[in-house]
Amino acid sequence: MEDIGNLMHGFAVALTWKNLLFMFVGILLGVLIGVLPGLGGANGVAILLPLTFTMPPTSAIIMLSCIYWGALFGGAITSILFNIPGEPWSVATTFDGYPMAQKGRAGEALTAAFTSSFVGAFFAIVLITFLAPLVAKFALKFGPPEYFAIQLLTFCSFVGMGREPPVKTIAAMMIGFALAAVGIDTVTGTLRMTYGMPALLQGFDFLVAVIGLFGLGEIFLTMEEGLSFKGKSGRIDPKIVWKTWKELPRYWATSLRACLVGCWMGITPGGATPASFMSYGMARRFAKNRDKFGEGEIEGVVAPETAAHAAGTSALLPMLTLGIPGSPTAAVLLGGLLIWGLQPGPLLFVEKKDFVWGLIASMYLGNIVGLIVVLTTVPWWAAILRIPFAIIAPVIVVICAIGAYTVHNNMFDVVMMVVFGVIGYVFKKLKYPLAPFVLALVLGDMAETSFRQSMLLSGGNMGIFWSNPLVGSIVTLALVILCWPLVGKLRSRGGGGGTPAPKEA
Amino acid sequence: MVFTLRRAFVAAGFAVAVASPFPAFAAWEPTKPVEFVVPAGTGGGADQMARFIQGVVAKNNLMKQPLIVVNKSGGAGAEGFLEVKNAKGDANKIIITLSNLFTTPLATGVPFNWKDLTPVAMLALDEFVLWVNSESPYKTTAEYMTAIRGADAGKFRMAGTGSKQEDQIITVALEKAVGKKMTYIPFKGGGDVAVQLVGKHVDSTVNNPIEAVAHWRAGTLRPLCVFDSAPMAYTAKITATQAWGDIPPCKTQGLAVEYLMLRGIFMAPGVTQEQVNFYIDLFKKVRATPDWKKFTEDGAFKDSFMVGKDFVDWVSQAETIHKQLMQEAGFIAK
Amino acid sequence: MAEKNEATSGFIQTRWMEVAVGVLIALLGALVVVDSHRVGAAWAEDGPQSGYFPNGIGWILVACGAWVVFQQVRRWRANAGNVFVTYADFKPVLAMLLPTIGYIVLIGLIGIYVASAIFIAGFMLFQGKYKWFPTLCVSVGVPLVIFVLFEIWFLVPLPKGPVEHMLGF
Repeated sequence: MEDIGNLMHGFAVALTWKNLLFMFVGILLGVLIGVLPGLGGANGVAILLPLTFTMPPTSAIIMLSCIYWGALFGGAITSILFNIPGEPWSVATTFDGYPMAQKGRAGEALTAAFTSSFVGAFFAIVLITFLAPLVAKFALKFGPPEYFAIQLLTFCSFVGMGREPPVKTIAAMMIGFALAAVGIDTVTGTLRMTYGMPALLQGFDFLVAVIGLFGLGEIFLTMEEGLSFKGKSGRIDPKIVWKTWKELPRYWATSLRACLVGCWMGITPGGATPASFMSYGMARRFAKNRDKFGEGEIEGVVAPETAAHAAGTSALLPMLTLGIPGSPTAAVLLGGLLIWGLQPGPLLFVEKKDFVWGLIASMYLGNIVGLIVVLTTVPWWAAILRIPFAIIAPVIVVICAIGAYTVHNNMFDVVMMVVFGVIGYVFKKLKYPLAPFVLALVLGDMAETSFRQSMLLSGGNMGIFWSNPLVGSIVTLALVILCWPLVGKLRSRGGGGGTPAPKEA
Repeated sequence: MVFTLRRAFVAAGFAVAVASPFPAFAAWEPTKPVEFVVPAGTGGGADQMARFIQGVVAKNNLMKQPLIVVNKSGGAGAEGFLEVKNAKGDANKIIITLSNLFTTPLATGVPFNWKDLTPVAMLALDEFVLWVNSESPYKTTAEYMTAIRGADAGKFRMAGTGSKQEDQIITVALEKAVGKKMTYIPFKGGGDVAVQLVGKHVDSTVNNPIEAVAHWRAGTLRPLCVFDSAPMAYTAKITATQAWGDIPPCKTQGLAVEYLMLRGIFMAPGVTQEQVNFYIDLFKKVRATPDWKKFTEDGAFKDSFMVGKDFVDWVSQAETIHKQLMQEAGFIAK
Repeated sequence: MAEKNEATSGFIQTRWMEVAVGVLIALLGALVVVDSHRVGAAWAEDGPQSGYFPNGIGWILVACGAWVVFQQVRRWRANAGNVFVTYADFKPVLAMLLPTIGYIVLIGLIGIYVASAIFIAGFMLFQGKYKWFPTLCVSVGVPLVIFVLFEIWFLVPLPKGPVEHMLGF
């Protein structure tokens, strides 16, 4: 097979001592970037771009893409340890990762997260290696209606099965949608809900909300319960990695599903963040112990991490073949390619074989190196939890503030972060679910834009969502998934009040 | 003392000063990292150019302090412009502009104007090309215009970046020239727009050369004409048969629409001429590098450098044109 | 729920919080509805206008808020004993929240680095009862590491104040 030959050639290009060193440095930097909410992957890649001009393009892009891998790995760390997602795509990881850490199982959660990330990325790389041209063609089929269908599917697969009272779930979700609409409206270019305040021009960023709701909110809750992290006493066992690995194969079905979801979302390109939510939602739906999700299920870490990594990796494919970046980080990588005179597009695979296969080979190597690096650090990360709360709490607040500030380089966001922190605290106590809020904030704007673009295309005819088999089947699938629990509930319901009692209705 | 004197001098003799930048005053230098504000998101044309310049400056050691790219895209760039407008006298902040320098205040009513900023230099002008899918039957602009005329209003779909911005302004001008409405569909970035056309979700786009060149070379897109008065200056073959210079100006094809987008640099208000001169000098050095040459060639930018009065005149003229175009299109915020 | 009835030093009732949040949600909804009508909330020929979806969202918010309030008022008596938080438990929350607010204000005034040092030091001294030496190490060390990481290494500018300006940043 020609591809295999190309790949082997690629390994030969990538596997020099120098490149391995760049990989190693890239991964370490990436993990650091992923850990600190103030530094995004895009940030790190962008800032290091200039430094890489003195290297040959292949080495440079290998190092840069390794930063990207490192950031993907690193995002999970703070999510699990402190309930603060270092990157948007690790929000879903907090749902079960943080409860695990609280129960003293931080090492397990971290190992599961890293391993799943690796599996997801590896799956996506194999896909890229063998199916690149085919997949690139598939991505072209996605116009606005198809995008909307994907967003609808994400939403439907996540929503609709919380323990919280329905009215509060709806309220939380609608607040998310309302905040997502603030700022400029892409379709008409008018400002919405800014009420003349310059600070609101940029809208509400998802990361600011998440840092406040999850990170600060959690600190307030911890303060109320007394000055300590519950997981503090958890013994750190260096063998934890092996122990967790023994357990992981049990979740092969979840992993496989997450890989498929992730690749699908990366290529289309829905992005890593929706992919992680969608995967988490599906895992919960298919799991037998559905009710345990959110209380520290290892499966709830495996699903979003695998999907996020698979999506993050496969998002590089539309970037290389079509020049459309699947994420801001990919966008900056794209800029880098242009500067090195490499034109992403359909011809890149033909004209710059060395480069492309070197990059693909470096994806394999980068991930393996990455996994080794992060796994060896698991006990170290878990040990952070032993730091007394009176020290770590203010440091977390400082890091949260930096994270919020750097989103738009704006003090207003820092203020908003504290407001969101209070909201997070109050909502948690009054049993308003935070996940639908966050998901609505991520997807709201995108979904509305694609919907209205579709309406422009069709002249206001809803039929466009069933105008071809692709979009029709996604939309139908989404609606079926949405209605499924309702059907089940109707069947099983003998009666009973619809009052928002604290227990599950 | 010297400072105030110099400032008074600058205020009085602005036109003189900019006509021939004083090399003798090139003593000022940034004392801390310079923020390079991009009033657009990551990955767009302005962002790419800013990051490219950041790279060139770092690579060739053109400045002692680092240049830091900061994206402030909120409110169609209003956030970035307001930031620089409010940083009065801060010489460690520069901003790269695109057409939203004119369109955003007009379309959104956010209070700023280029006169609130200090003009530094025009780096280049970005061209716009009318693209169709290469599998479509339209080989020339005239054929495409005839097809639009013959169809129902709104049948032909144009994709573009943003709403009430350059792409839509061109579309409205095109509609007027043809005499038929099209359906304009806004997307977030130029790359998306080009891919939508490749995927045949729309009928045409007015992508900048750099946004569509990869697809052109791969044979999936076809350029019909360039919205400029003369053909582009680049004669190196891009595809097997065509160079950028082979794309005819729209004017000669019966479509009298011209539009060029500013890629220029501005500073905060209240800075001294000495400080402006430092940056003019810096960008002159950037433009002298072979990297820049390659960059403009790849992106088929119109390579025109202007400073001082020429630049100010160009900008005020461009503002008048935008006001007029947007007035006619009904894009002005009430 | 934290149902601690120790010494009942008084508590904030859940029903009041529920009502307050319900009212706030309804108010937010109203804000959204008002602005949506400003930009046009109809379904035009070519699909929804800018305010169409926000308008719907706004009304749902108003309805949700009203429903939450109604639920509480209906069972007002029965809900009287529900504890949102006791004052005793709330004190430490305030001990975190108020310094955080102070910290944010300080960032605006004197930049993030000095503010962080003061904030960390204050928290360690008053909450953790640490001695001055470890306090000094952490409160100076952390901002310093952050400074090197962000300002020097990754070139991310963070808010700075007079101290940093004096040092030439």
